[in-house]
Amino acid sequence: MSLWSRLKSGLSRSSEALGNSLSGLMGGKKLSAETLGELEDALIMADLGVATAAIITDNLRARRDLAELDDGALRAALAGEIAALLEPVESTFSVSSHQPHVILLAGVNGAGKTTTIGKLAKKFQAEGKTVMLAACDTFRAAASEQLQGWGARAKVRGIAGAAGADAAGLAFQALEQAQADKIDVLMIDTAGRLQSNDNLMAELSKIIRVAKKLDATAPHESLLILDATTGQNAIAQAEAFLGAAQTTGLIMTKLDGTARGGGLVPIAQKLALPIYFIGVGEQADDLQVFSANGFARALVGLEEEAG
Amino acid sequence: MFDTLSENLGSIFDRLTRRGALSEAQVEEALGEIRKALLEADVALPVVRSFIDQVRPLAVGSNVLKSVTPGQQVIKIVNDALIDMLGAPAPLKFDAVPPVVMMMVGLQGSGKTTSTGKLAKFITETEKRKVLMASLDTQRPAAMQQLAVLGEQTGIQTLPIVDGQAPVDIAKRAVQAGKLGGFDVVMLDTAGRTNADEALMAEMAAIEKAAAPTETLLVADSLTGQEAVNIAAQFAARVTLSGILLTRADGDGRGGAALSMRYVTGVPIKFLGVGEAIDKLELFDPQRLANRILGMGDVVGLVERAAETMDAEKAEKIAARMKKGQFTLDDMAAQLKQMQAMGGMSGVLGMLPSSLLGGGKMKKQLAALDMDERELLRQAAIVSSMTRGERDNPKLMNASRKRRVAGGSGTSVQDVNKVLKMHRQMADMMKKMGKGGLANMMGGLTGSMGGNMGANMEGGSMPQMPSLDPNNLPDLSKLGGDAPADFLKGLGLPNSGPKKK
Ligand SMILES: Nc1nc2c(ncn2[C@@H]2O[C@H](COP(=O)(O)OP(=O)(O)OP(=O)(O)O)[C@@H](O)[C@H]2O)c(=O)[nH]1
Ligand SMILES: [Mg+2]
Repeated sequence: MSLWSRLKSGLSRSSEALGNSLSGLMGGKKLSAETLGELEDALIMADLGVATAAIITDNLRARRDLAELDDGALRAALAGEIAALLEPVESTFSVSSHQPHVILLAGVNGAGKTTTIGKLAKKFQAEGKTVMLAACDTFRAAASEQLQGWGARAKVRGIAGAAGADAAGLAFQALEQAQADKIDVLMIDTAGRLQSNDNLMAELSKIIRVAKKLDATAPHESLLILDATTGQNAIAQAEAFLGAAQTTGLIMTKLDGTARGGGLVPIAQKLALPIYFIGVGEQADDLQVFSANGFARALVGLEEEAG
Repeated sequence: MFDTLSENLGSIFDRLTRRGALSEAQVEEALGEIRKALLEADVALPVVRSFIDQVRPLAVGSNVLKSVTPGQQVIKIVNDALIDMLGAPAPLKFDAVPPVVMMMVGLQGSGKTTSTGKLAKFITETEKRKVLMASLDTQRPAAMQQLAVLGEQTGIQTLPIVDGQAPVDIAKRAVQAGKLGGFDVVMLDTAGRTNADEALMAEMAAIEKAAAPTETLLVADSLTGQEAVNIAAQFAARVTLSGILLTRADGDGRGGAALSMRYVTGVPIKFLGVGEAIDKLELFDPQRLANRILGMGDVVGLVERAAETMDAEKAEKIAARMKKGQFTLDDMAAQLKQMQAMGGMSGVLGMLPSSLLGGGKMKKQLAALDMDERELLRQAAIVSSMTRGERDNPKLMNASRKRRVAGGSGTSVQDVNKVLKMHRQMADMMKKMGKGGLANMMGGLTGSMGGNMGANMEGGSMPQMPSLDPNNLPDLSKLGGDAPADFLKGLGLPNSGPKKK
């Protein structure tokens, strides 16, 4: 299965409902206020949130050629509206030549941080970079074994500490090691935490502070992992992690499920954080570069644009 | 974030008369707000629609009772309907020939393994039954080790790991081991799966067939969005669910997914996971969840957290002084310390109904006061560098005194100013709450809630809506004097807060 078709089968499955509700409501007739209302509902059901759904629908409403749009054209127009909101945050992930390029991964429990590290490790490895993993989730049972498992698969080295060890101390140790060994990329896995827990959020800030003692430019990337299944709380997550972990970019996981991940749209609007990748499965290859257009089109049940 | 239903309804009903039946137009406007609130709380749209249809006839034409505002009336109706729809909590079933098999299913990352450990501990301790846990997760690296570690931590036995065995075979081995080992309960922790993955969904059905569980619990993230309805429906279509366990209920999510899942599956919500520690499992309480979905805060949770962390004696002293309208810098320092212990200002605020704080604005103001630990230490240093007289009367703080305090505490004059300003703001707020009376400040809608909440907390009972019973309504005019004390108690300073258990 090609990556695109894998992504699409995930996304289109997830957008089937939205697609269906669109075709259901269009039925060939011209757009009325009522159908626009239903359109708005369909966006709400994709987790875009009440406010963002209203903005997108209003933008459509303002179009002069609205009356001429048939089903396909309306979908395309809708995808266009969504893509326009996402395009500014569609970003290419790059690794600097600075050694080590330090990447911190954070997010709420179970979002997919460790798995994403496994995927990224494979990717960097394939690009010929040397990779090291720091298992700074010293809280959850067997978290470091899990990361070590991914490390073994990608044949990269992991640094782990004892259960309950200080996460920041471990990060420091790993960075020291990576510097000594002239590693290209150091990825720091952190324990899942709810953004409402101030103490745990402060721990993230501490990891960053401690890393800066060894390398004032570190971390070079602080990624927030968001679960596509999450509803409106995703926005609060993004805001809080931006504050505590100085988030520089987003990865959304589990888009192979039926959830549509529409929460990315209000987040893009509000915070303008770069979105780099999407996770579309549990295997190491199930990582896709984020495309605003592809995401938006898949969200409304459209094929990838030719060319 | 802090816009809540009660606020919005309050502003609608402020324009309305306070007596008589609610007109259809009034009700429609209110229902529009309720729809929005439910959607923002992640209740799935089809469920919201059905809920609104259910509430509409109850609200239209219902008489606004004497001394109840229309807003209270509608909230009462909505709250009751919500509690009704969320359903009563149900106990675990053990009515089978031992070993009773319990199977945990759900999406990836929903919290099945942690919940398996929690539930096993709960059953061991409260039911005094002998539990065996088995991980059927051959998918995720180190998933089996995770459960094994939880077993070691809790002293609950886990099925020995045999590499390369398929999930269905592990399930059979677990049941067999349960029989032979004289276990009362066998808990099966399955791999996470998405409902879109046909192969894994079929595998789940096969496990169910092989293990014949008495309980099959859907473990779901309470932060789930609109998709909750489809996820729950599709799991329910493949196995016979007996209940729902909602995880991450300790977060600041509004938990609307619970309503969605309960609605489509019809099975009871049985437990809430409320923290990462192995004992953070609670029995489901529809009242509390309803409050939360409606944005009325989880006051009980707040009080419980307060009870765990507070210094009751100090709290009592502050409360007493505040009653007299005094709020010194020392009081502030003590209170900030208290708050930090409870997870910081944001932690506290997240659980408070914004109506209690007179709406979103004040809540935001308070949130802006949030600080990290270091800042708190710095502030404590500033306060302790002041003389007794300065602390009691901050007006004495002129430029040279500020410089002295800054020097003494190793901070800057700017920092000193910040502390003084914060104190002014807080004292101001306390004054408002004391003088104008809670009722005036917050409007009729929320006044009785705020007052009643304090009263309820002392008895340790639920801050539900008994106040809306006309016979039971507190006299709003009497609230003024006691309000700040109640408010403080709400912030974690009661001496009689309900201790857990
Ligand atoms: N279907 C699917 N599952 C995923 C994806 N990414 C991660 N997962 C699964 O989600 C579950 C949680 O992933 P983890 O990587 O352990 O998540 P985490 O954020 O490290 O979790 P904690 O460290 O426990 O907070 C695992 O079962 C993963 O296999 C994805 O893109 N799609
Ligand atoms: Mg992890």
